[in-house]
Parts: sequence; structure tokens; C-alpha cells
Amino acid sequence: MIIGAVGAGQEGVDYLLRTRTILIVGNSVGLMLATTFLATLIAIPFAWLTGRCDLPARRVFLVLGLAAMVIPSYLTAVTYSEAFGPKGILQSALEPFGVDRLPSIKGFVGATLTLTFVTFPYIVLPVHAALLHADRALEEAGQSLGLNRWQVFRQITLPQLRPALSTGMLMTALYCLSDFGAVAVMHFNAFTRAIFIQTESFRMDKASVLGLVLIAMTMLLLILQSRLQSNGRHYRIGTGASRQLQTVQLGRLKLPGVLFCAAVIFMGVAIPLLVLFKWLAGHMLTDPIRVPLETLLRNTVGVSAISALVVAAAALPLALLAVRASSRFDRWLVKLAYAGNVLPGIVIALALVFFASQHMLTLYQTLPLLILGYAIRFLPYSIGATESALEQINPRFEESARSLGLTAREALLRITVPLARAGILAGLALVFLNVMKELPITLILRPIGFRTFATRIWSAYDEAFLSSIALPGLALILVSATVLFVILRQEKAVP
Amino acid sequence: MSARRFILFVLAVLLVALVGAPAFADEDQVLTVYSGRNESLIGPILAQFSEDSGIAVEVLYGGTSAVANQILTEGENSPADVFIAQDGGALGALAAADMLQELPEATLDRVVDPAFVSPDGLWVGLSGRARVLVYNPEMLDELSLELPDSILDLPDEKWRGLVGWAPTNASFVANVTAMRVLLGDCDTEDWLASMIANDVQAYPKNTPIVQAVINGEIPVGLVNHYYLYRFLAEDPEITATLHFFPGGDVGSLINIAGAAILQTSDQQDLALELVDYLLNDTAQAYFAETTYEYPLVETVEPAVDLPALADIEAPDIDLSDLADLQGTLEMIEDSGALD
Repeated sequence: MIIGAVGAGQEGVDYLLRTRTILIVGNSVGLMLATTFLATLIAIPFAWLTGRCDLPARRVFLVLGLAAMVIPSYLTAVTYSEAFGPKGILQSALEPFGVDRLPSIKGFVGATLTLTFVTFPYIVLPVHAALLHADRALEEAGQSLGLNRWQVFRQITLPQLRPALSTGMLMTALYCLSDFGAVAVMHFNAFTRAIFIQTESFRMDKASVLGLVLIAMTMLLLILQSRLQSNGRHYRIGTGASRQLQTVQLGRLKLPGVLFCAAVIFMGVAIPLLVLFKWLAGHMLTDPIRVPLETLLRNTVGVSAISALVVAAAALPLALLAVRASSRFDRWLVKLAYAGNVLPGIVIALALVFFASQHMLTLYQTLPLLILGYAIRFLPYSIGATESALEQINPRFEESARSLGLTAREALLRITVPLARAGILAGLALVFLNVMKELPITLILRPIGFRTFATRIWSAYDEAFLSSIALPGLALILVSATVLFVILRQEKAVP
Repeated sequence: MSARRFILFVLAVLLVALVGAPAFADEDQVLTVYSGRNESLIGPILAQFSEDSGIAVEVLYGGTSAVANQILTEGENSPADVFIAQDGGALGALAAADMLQELPEATLDRVVDPAFVSPDGLWVGLSGRARVLVYNPEMLDELSLELPDSILDLPDEKWRGLVGWAPTNASFVANVTAMRVLLGDCDTEDWLASMIANDVQAYPKNTPIVQAVINGEIPVGLVNHYYLYRFLAEDPEITATLHFFPGGDVGSLINIAGAAILQTSDQQDLALELVDYLLNDTAQAYFAETTYEYPLVETVEPAVDLPALADIEAPDIDLSDLADLQGTLEMIEDSGALD
């Protein structure tokens, strides 16, 4: 990537400094800020209502809301265009009221709307967990001092959520910067779309320059976040066991609460599904290309499974290093492996395709290169999950095994790895789910003629064969949801 | 989870991976085609070729300019045997880079009009397509707008926000190149800028433009002629119609979809077999009847009610002159059309 950018040289610098490039930076930042703000605005009440209030069937609401995570951004964007377009479903519903056409949602509005409902679960998840572990004593103290419910929430509960909130918001912001599907479908010229247009024309120098700026922005965001992270204390210091949290009685606010959660789920999950089912029933243009669902399923699941295994195998030693790192080199290596966090998929794909087409022709347009792309992107997910599992293992276990005569390697394989299996599995599943829906890496690095659910949805969208989106779209969601469900069940079974 | 279940689970994932793996297995004799034409337009006939000839075909699909640029970047290493483009300019660009193999007379002679064959015999047209303005008559009535005489009239205030285009589409790019050749870079830049200032609506490709015109989202759009017929085939009630700009206007450019063989291909015979197949009557009839394009051989007639190719008042231009893709792409990008 750097080679490509350096190759662009002075021309690249000129390109960088043009108003157009600066405009793209502005677009990306604007999208990120607006989406993070809106997603937070939705996620906090959603997490609070489903976590702490006497909402009927609140677990169901929570799970359905989180299900928005398995719908890839490009599917949400495509279905939103159909639902809210100038002559979309919403417009035909409003027709009796004399609404002839709606303003187009293409651009900033559409991209923000899509990404808000794609990313809000990333904030709900940590906030929900934090709410459940909040300190009851503090809230009771607040109440006894005469605060009303709202004041308790604002002045006591909310500050305790800060670490969780900042984690979730960071994830949302990173998602926005690296997302390609939503901005491409909504025609919003954020970085990833601009890079894709350059890549599509195979103009690697300009794409590389843009890619480097995007990486710089992501790193800036991470640095900013670690600076801003408050140094306050968020954990419980009271003595005694923490007690069951009090459930908030909503009273007459119950109905609005239910309606709010239902509306969020409707936007995040129901609309994409409903539109896909509508397309399944038929649409204007018949697609002359028929790709058997079975082929797509086989390719998608096959490549995702191989990638997940490869990534898990690579992550284990790295996670061990991370936990037991002794030398500076080791720590540096682990940091490098986490690079995928700041490298958007499109940037990785671009760098690899550039590199392979020039210097590694045997890998060019092959499956191993595609899997390598996935591995770089998703390695951090797997290391993270494995690392946290390893951290919980008392090193004494391994030491005892050594003292009983096992070699270092035997101790590792027979004691440590089996103990960390839950984390390894979680990493495996996380990578699997993300590879399945990954679009730009697949589009750019796939071997000729290799199709997955994601690429099929993309090319059908590209040619406006909307009915061809339906089946792969629903299948992708179904497979992802099943995997997610199985994992959630397994997690419970793990001690 | 017990250790046994863990192992079972990993084995299951492994099994899934292995079951998936055969799908990636390579075949020995494969012709690699780089296609700048949409799969929906060319895919079925390529599949037919495979079936008839027993030669397996692997196709990389992409935008025509993208695929041309990819071949240029890959250079000698390009795995492509055959390049299929939806624009004579892209073929001209590869010809100018000295990457194309000369085709035999017999192949070139199939095409009647010499305008649709490379002057040096380096590429051959497969089908003809005209640039048109697709319009929604009811919507034009409602807005009391009359059809424009020239593509150059579209930046007018009365068309504000009403015109659709697909700025990254190769046929559009070729049309802009033609404008540069006929009017010069300065006027072309002005046209692009004033279109954008006039709030032109951007779409990713031609099909969504036609869809938008049919739906009544916009009254007019700049597209190739055949997309509308694909919609008409599904629903004859559609009232949207084509407008050919008169008087040799640059907006009525007639372009080709064409094919060429790469010099670097190590399967020249098979490649030629494919090119010849695409010019035989079966394939030409396919282009006429299924993609609603103009067939270019003498023996096959257009299948739909279209003005004859010779009757379109097309601008006088040599398709080989449209080779400066890169220049046009940069001009379009600089104009802000992609923002």
C-alpha cells in the first residue's frame, strides 16, 4: 500500500490536497459523527428498557434487537432504498394522503439512517451488560436523597455506563469509517466508496493515497478515544455481595416503552426482512442468470469455515504471546496482529490485489489470497476472544503440569488449550459470521467465477435484479442467525 | 462444554470446510474471459458456447473501463485470453497499448459495416448499441416539457433535477469521450459541470435509470437503447419510450460491444473459436432477440421495432478515436460527478 502511494509521488500529494479529497474526509467524519450520535440515542433507552425495566417479554425484545447485527449493511441499505425511496413502499402507503413522491434518501440521509440501525446493537451490547452490573446501592442512595427516577438515571446510572458507552461508540465509529456497503448503495461519497471507485478503475496509486488517509483517520480515532477515556472509578467499592438490581416500574410509560422497542426492531430487522420477502414474491425484471443457491451456500460456508479455522490457528499462538509476552519483540508482534482493527476491508483488499498482481502472481486471483485478506481483517476478533479466555486460566495449572513431567508443549496442548476452548470457539464463530457477510474483500480478492452470498447480492443489486437479491439475502441472514443462536446456547452451557 | 464436544465441533467445522472445498477445484482447459459486459447480457451465450464446444469458460465481470485498466496493469501477466468490452474505446485503448492479437480476415469480414471493426484488425464488433434518452411521456406531459433536440440542452434550468445518468458506466464514459473528440475538452468540462450544477441524478448503472423513469422518479435518463426492451418484455404496458437526438447530435453515439484476443494468451485457437462463435448466426440472433441490440452480421435482423442502424442520425466519429478512457475518467472524476 505504501509502495503504491509512494509510487503516486507528487501527483498523489496534489491529489490528496485537492478540495475533493478534503470533501471526502468531511463526508466520512460527518457520517461517523451523525451515526454514532443517533445510534447512541437509540441504544441507551433500548438497553435500559430491555435490561432494567418491567417491559413485557424484554428478553425477546433484546434478542430481536441484537439480531440486526446479522444483517449486513448493504442488505439494509438496499432494502431501505426500496422502502423509503421516492416511489417506494412508504410512498405508496402515503399515496391516499396525496403524497406523490418522497424526497430521495440517497446520500447522507440514507447512509446515516442505514448505519444507525446496523450499528446500534454494538452499543446496546456493552451498555446492556453494564446496566446489569451497575451498583444498586448507589441508586438507592440517590433515591433516599430525594432524586426522582429521571434524576437517578441521569446522575447515577448514566455515569456508571461511561466505559461501556465509549466502547460501543468507538465500535460504531470504526464501523462507519470502514463500512463500504451502505455508503456505496446510498451513493454517499465517503472514503470507502471513493477508494472502491478508484480500485474499480484499477487506479492503484490514487486508491492507495486515499487508503492511507483512511488508515490515518482510524488511528487518530483510536488515539483520541484512549485519551478521552476517563480516569474515574466505575467499579463497585461497597462492601458485601452485590445484590439483585431493582427492576424499574415503568407504570404508564410502559406502552411508549414497548412501542419504542418495537419501532427500533421494526427498522433494524423487520423492514429488511419484509422487503426481501416482497422481492422473493417477484419483481419487474427477471434475471437471466441463475446461480443455484446450493453453490452459493457451499462457497460461502466453505470459505468462511476455512478462514475461521485458519484465523483461529493463527490466533492461538499470538494470544498466548499476548498473555505471556516477555520480550519487546513479542509485544510488538501482537500489536501488529491487531492491525486489522484499523484496516478497513477495502484497504486490505486493495493492498493485497496490488501486491499480488505485481509481485506474487501465483497468488493472484486465488482462494489463499482471499483467505489471507479475511485473516488480516478478522485476526483481532479471534485473538481478542482467545486472549480473554487465556487470561482467566491460572498459570499455576500449567506450572503444576510441568512439575509433573510434561514438556512445555505438552502442557500447553493438554492443559491450557482445552481450558481456553470456549474463547477459541467464540473467536471461531465471530470470524465465521464476519467473513460470511464481508463484501469488499470478497469482491476484490475472489478468484474468477467464485461467488458467495455477498457477491451475488452485490451483482444482482448492481443490475437491478432485485428479485435475485431475495434468496441469497434471506439465506445469508438465516445461516448467520442460526450460527449466532447456536453460539449463544453454547455459551450458556460453558461453565 | 466437554473436551469431546469441543473436538466434535471443530471436526464439524473442518467437515464443512472440506465439503466446500471441491467447489474451488480448478479445471484443466479453461478459457479466461475478462468481460466488461454485464453477466446478464453476455453470461447466457458464454454458457451456451461452453456447452456447444466443450470448452470451459471462466469469466471475470467488471465495468469495461475497470477491466481494461486491469488488463493494462496486469500487462504480460494477465490471465485473460479474451476481452469483451461494451465500448469500442476500451478496445482501442488496449490496441494502442499493443496488447491485442490481430484477427483473421474471415472473422473480421463477418461484420458488414467497417465502422464497427478495428481499422488494424485488432478487435471486432459483436453487437451495436445506440445512446438514447429514455423518457416517461406522462411525466413530461405533467411537467409540460418537450423532448430536447440535443444532449447539450439538458443543462437547461427546466431540466433541473430531472435527468438521470450513470457516470461510471462505460457507455456513458464513451459518450463523454465522443464529446471531447467532437467539441473539445473545454466544452465537455463545461457540459459536465453544468449538468452537475443542474442537479443531475446519478445512478450506478443503466438499468436502475430505466427503472426510475418507468417508476416516475425522474422523467428522462441517458442510457443505451436496449435496457428499456428488457422491461417491455416483462410488461408491455410500460409507456416509457426512447428518444434519439436528431441531426448527428453527439448524444446519439452508436457504439459497439466487441471482442479482442490478448497477445499474451497461450490459447489463441480456443480464443478465436469463442470470438467466431459470438459472430455466428446463433449468437447474433441471441444479441438481437435476448439483449435487444443491433446484430452486426448481414444474416440476422434486429428483433424489436427499432429504427434501422443506418437511419439513426448518429454523430460522425471513428470508434477508435475514443481510446482515451483514462483522460475521460479523470475529467468525470474532476467534475465532481462521482461525489
